[in-house]
Amino acid sequence: MIKRDECLKSLATKIAEDEVVVAAYTTAFEWDAIRPGPFNFISSGAMGLTSSHALGFALAWPGRRIILLDGDGSLLMNLGSLVTNANAAPKNLIHFVFENGTYEANGGHPIPGQDSVNFAGMADSAGYNNCHELSDLPGFENSIGSILQEEGPTFVTLKCETGEDYPQDYRYMHSAKIREEFAEAVKDF
Amino acid sequence: MSENLTGSLIIQAVKESGVKTVLTVPDKTTADGLLRPIAADADLRHVRTCKEDETIGISAALSYSGHRSLILIQYTGLLYSMNAIRAVAVEYQTPICLMVGLLGKEPGVLPTESKRFGVKIIEPILDTMGIVHHVIETDDDIEKISPAINNAYETSSPVAMLIGRPPLAS
Repeated sequence: MIKRDECLKSLATKIAEDEVVVAAYTTAFEWDAIRPGPFNFISSGAMGLTSSHALGFALAWPGRRIILLDGDGSLLMNLGSLVTNANAAPKNLIHFVFENGTYEANGGHPIPGQDSVNFAGMADSAGYNNCHELSDLPGFENSIGSILQEEGPTFVTLKCETGEDYPQDYRYMHSAKIREEFAEAVKDF
Repeated sequence: MSENLTGSLIIQAVKESGVKTVLTVPDKTTADGLLRPIAADADLRHVRTCKEDETIGISAALSYSGHRSLILIQYTGLLYSMNAIRAVAVEYQTPICLMVGLLGKEPGVLPTESKRFGVKIIEPILDTMGIVHHVIETDDDIEKISPAINNAYETSSPVAMLIGRPPLAS
């Protein structure tokens, strides 16, 4: 198992400061603490839309890589987006799913199929260009460089567990300020 | 007063409002008069989605680039997407342009007077959510489309255009 925050810390060293990162709920809080900045888009309000938000950004800015940090519970709430995203086929989209087997933001209850679901297999069947499943940090660090160079859409399942605790400011997550800051940051893209 | 609704005129109005992308889930009301010509239109990017709430996320993200999009769905899909619309479009004040087929609405009958329960409740729900809406029932109504889309983007708010009868395919 990968500790999610350790994985995020490693990822933060591999991408540029002005890359758009679209993240869901708990992962978004951790990412924003680890790599704060105006190019982080927190997908909130309607759980599951993270993968659809990311497709919109990928279509809006085809010359920019879009990093999607999804959750397994979030993806299950919008499973059709695997097919939609694969069919739209944005070359600049890399879709990470942090698979901890729970609806973490909703009380930590298990997802259906916790022990059997194969997200990378589903993404492959949906038509993603590249699909990977990683379950340890050394494996992630060895392969992330080449994965980031692949022509998308690329899908990566990360078998993970919770690491350290990070602040979770839901009021800020839902505030107009956070979206205004993002809009200002990307206005010249 | 016209008794027709012409699909090509609707598409022309959508284009005149600056829409470049159309996000869809098929609706029998608009399948022939709007969706087929849109899918074949080289000037519009067409994104087929599996479920209607996906379109809310995609359209919202596109709006950050100044890129205008239209969502073409059925009223059942509007009902399905209500949580996404509530959060992303209404509470987060995002320009989301919905073109919604009222499958089964009787021609010439107001949506609120339809015998179809699902059709009858659409406008009251939109009113409750504070979403501006327009009925597009005949060619005379098509002039509402471009101002409605422009207003949505200028005020960063959602709008629903309710297609009251199957548009004629050209």
